[in-house]
Amino acid sequence: MTITVYVPCDATALSLGADQIADDFVRLSAQTGHDIRLVRNGSRGLFWLEPLVEIDSGDGVRIAYGPVTGSHDVESLIKTGVLDGHKEHALALGPVTEIPALQAQTRLTFRRIGVTDPRSLDDYRAHGGYQGLEKALQSDAQAIVDAVKESGLRGRGGAAFPTGIKWQTVHDAQADQKYIVCNADEGDSGTFADRLVMECDPFMLIEGMTIAGLAAGASEGYVYLRSEYPVAADIFQHAIDTASAQGWLGDDIRGSGRRFHLHLRIGAEAYICGEETSLLESLEGKRGLVRAKPPLPALVGLFGKPTIVNNVLTFAAVPEILAAGAGEYYKHGEARSRGTLPVQLAGNIRNGGLFEVPFGTPLRTLIEDLGGGTASGHPVRAVQVGGPLGAYLPQSQLDLPLDYEQFAEANAVLGHGGVVVFDDTVDMLEQARFSMAFCAAESCGKCTPCRIGSQRGVEVIDRIRNKENHAMNMALLSDLCDTMVDGSLCAMGGMTPFPVRSAFTHFPDDFK
Amino acid sequence: MQTPSPSREELRTLIDARRDEPGALLPLLHDIQNTFGYINAEAVSLLADALQQTEAEIHGVISFYHQFRTTPPARHRVQICRAEACQARGARSLEAHACKRLGVSMHGMTADQHIQLDPVYCLGNCATGPNVRIDNRLAGRVDAARFDRLMDELEGEHR
Ligand SMILES: Cc1cc2nc3c(=O)[nH]c(=O)nc-3n(C[C@H](O)[C@H](O)[C@H](O)COP(=O)(O)O)c2cc1C
Ligand code: SF4
Repeated sequence: MTITVYVPCDATALSLGADQIADDFVRLSAQTGHDIRLVRNGSRGLFWLEPLVEIDSGDGVRIAYGPVTGSHDVESLIKTGVLDGHKEHALALGPVTEIPALQAQTRLTFRRIGVTDPRSLDDYRAHGGYQGLEKALQSDAQAIVDAVKESGLRGRGGAAFPTGIKWQTVHDAQADQKYIVCNADEGDSGTFADRLVMECDPFMLIEGMTIAGLAAGASEGYVYLRSEYPVAADIFQHAIDTASAQGWLGDDIRGSGRRFHLHLRIGAEAYICGEETSLLESLEGKRGLVRAKPPLPALVGLFGKPTIVNNVLTFAAVPEILAAGAGEYYKHGEARSRGTLPVQLAGNIRNGGLFEVPFGTPLRTLIEDLGGGTASGHPVRAVQVGGPLGAYLPQSQLDLPLDYEQFAEANAVLGHGGVVVFDDTVDMLEQARFSMAFCAAESCGKCTPCRIGSQRGVEVIDRIRNKENHAMNMALLSDLCDTMVDGSLCAMGGMTPFPVRSAFTHFPDDFK
Repeated sequence: MQTPSPSREELRTLIDARRDEPGALLPLLHDIQNTFGYINAEAVSLLADALQQTEAEIHGVISFYHQFRTTPPARHRVQICRAEACQARGARSLEAHACKRLGVSMHGMTADQHIQLDPVYCLGNCATGPNVRIDNRLAGRVDAARFDRLMDELEGEHR
């Protein structure tokens, strides 16, 4: 009977010592005469339990143990007999699929994540991988675009633009060369879903981009990955090499005569390069200055050619949409927000991690029921949703459902699905000041309201803190926010006022 | 960790390897910095030649990105996440502790050039902060005591 031990290999598990845990299992099991098979799976995304070890002692059931924090835990687990079919231990969580935090989710995009070995294309295919592409290879390009439209999928990078419409534009454009570009810059604080996809199920992203290539008639693809993710870079490059070697990328995809080549490019620590036109400039080898739109990147994109730019999660949703049918995706969610959103619970949260849930789920359910409230045990005071350009929500807004339009009505954004929780020790004036300082540091410099306005914002907030001319400076801060909203070319300067305004509107006491 | 002052030949070889790729400049800057630790004046002039751009244009690109540097680095780079999710978990006090422990301010280098301390905006490990990156290695749930142990390891290797 084979005993299989699963120890995750994603950056979170590694940051908490997973390599050491894996080594310990190999070393200590050899000493006790157990013949184990070690698999480095992806993470389940339940980060408060990481490193989360799973053991299948031969009956095909993966029993979870976590958090396994060091050699002492591994010794104790082995001594208790977990390799011999004994399933009780202080760290035991039962069969992994029965963990309530996983059962509460609707995992479509993340269905394989944590289950499979991200370095194994065989594992990917054994778990439904490449079924979407197989179908796409049998369909004409318009049918692929139609399926994406019918699924209701909207861009998961921030702006929530309907993906099918973007693909239609590139499909219809006439050009000798078109490109597929994946935005893996994932700059928002509180987000890590793109990273998990690339580290834990990289072939899914390759498959989604390949399908986009077939839909648009593009034979070249680029992934622009931030340099803060070296583990993702390593695993993803391995996946490109493997897929190329096995004929899933290249000049003749699985004998179909269709071509698609994929290149991995690394960013260089610049938040603005997540903005799609800045990203394209960067890919072209230039400073990441934002371009004016129009022309849309769909028509004049990378190297001046028609280009689909989508977020990692957007591409990653596509294989499942094709494999299971657009209706299977559309049936989840509500109104104009269809399907699921991989929400990332972060910051001061007890049970933080990745929660893929249908649109319509109330924010409070996520934070209180799934997330278990704050890690500190203090009350939740503010929640920033949608990254550094997203509003801070007070308690009274936590009943908002995950829904793009309802968030917009509340002057908030869902963005890339990052939810950062703060307890009652947070100073909202400091947070507002940070938003301005961040904008000043990361502005591409093209427009004055963004570049200079944010610097002035920091100074005005400092004066408010020092109680100089309070009423006048509050009015000035508000005017400054208006100027930035009205006079900025992109959402960097245009949306920095969201967190700032929400801070002084919902938490006025901190500005007194 | 890096060999000091690259030779012209070594730079040429690196640049020639991918100068014809579309949009080659960023990958080339990474290759040079990964190999030699920084991008020196000679590299800038060779890049300008190879890509038919002016040196000012190459400098403009280098200075736009926080990651690229034109002076020799410390042996190790320690980055502390300064983003909101880590702030919510105590990153501000960790940052203060780190400056005190290393005797430098943010963006500073220790006198023995062993460690450079930098802020970083988000390491994508936002449910298990505060986070620290040491060269290419990420450490999560870092409190002051764990930070000191990590620095002890780095400094121990130096002695
Ligand atoms: C300042 C700024 C930063 C952005 N950062 C990212 C990012 O890190 N990742 C991302 O996918 N989109 C980011 N976006 C949104 C992109 O501009 C673009 O809308 C997106 O890549 C389109 O893909 P989607 O339709 O699949 O969301 C950012 C936008 C702005 C204004
Ligand atoms: S708003 Fe800011 S980041 Fe955006 S284009 Fe203008 S200066 Fe650049």
